[in-house]
Amino acid sequence: MTARVSIQTEDFDLSTEVARLRETDKGVGAICSFIGTVRDRNDGLSVSTLELEHYPGMTEKSIEAMIDEAHQRFNILGARVIHRVGLLQPLDQIVLVAVTSAHRGQSFQACEFLMDYLKTQAPFWKKEQTPAGARWVDARVSDDAALARWGIKASNG
Amino acid sequence: MKVQLRYFASIREAVGTGSESLDTQAGTLAALRAELVARGGAYADALAPGKSVRVALNQTMSDESAALSEGAEVGFFPPVTGG
Repeated sequence: MTARVSIQTEDFDLSTEVARLRETDKGVGAICSFIGTVRDRNDGLSVSTLELEHYPGMTEKSIEAMIDEAHQRFNILGARVIHRVGLLQPLDQIVLVAVTSAHRGQSFQACEFLMDYLKTQAPFWKKEQTPAGARWVDARVSDDAALARWGIKASNG
Repeated sequence: MKVQLRYFASIREAVGTGSESLDTQAGTLAALRAELVARGGAYADALAPGKSVRVALNQTMSDESAALSEGAEVGFFPPVTGG
């Protein structure tokens, strides 16, 4: 069985990951995936590079706990999370969340739940390079609000 | 007691180190943060009360009322921005 969580500098391939997630389970009838990518602008400034820092050990542990929580809340069959760290460029892929279930509703919900959770609880930080210099990206209040929909108080803002 | 401190992102840059060992009498995470603020300088600025700082105890997001124990690992960092 492949790992559920990978933190890596290398890129990832959606097709490969989805194939691995579903190959051993004939009960899978739905797969939902989300990919986050680097944009070339943020908060009014152009972004030339994005550097991602994380808390090794805690990152993996916190995302494993989120996947456990997703299994508790939704009737899902499998989940895979990959998050890249290090120096990234616009157009690069940053994060993959893929979920399998018997029917679509559960994987749609669990995929969104995992992303909302990850945005406010997984210890990653983005630093972007702009024409005005390097700056740490600010947390968004809207991300706390997104997690609140699932009945979880985030207090990340 | 001895604890291990970890700093990340803007807080790591401000205090100029990613980790340190500390011998402390602080009973809680709040008391530990206050002890670091009392050092003054970059620590006082980066960890000032009212500043948005998140704290992890043994690699789990924690409330500052949580109790410290021998050998604990405490991480201080700004709000997270992954995804």
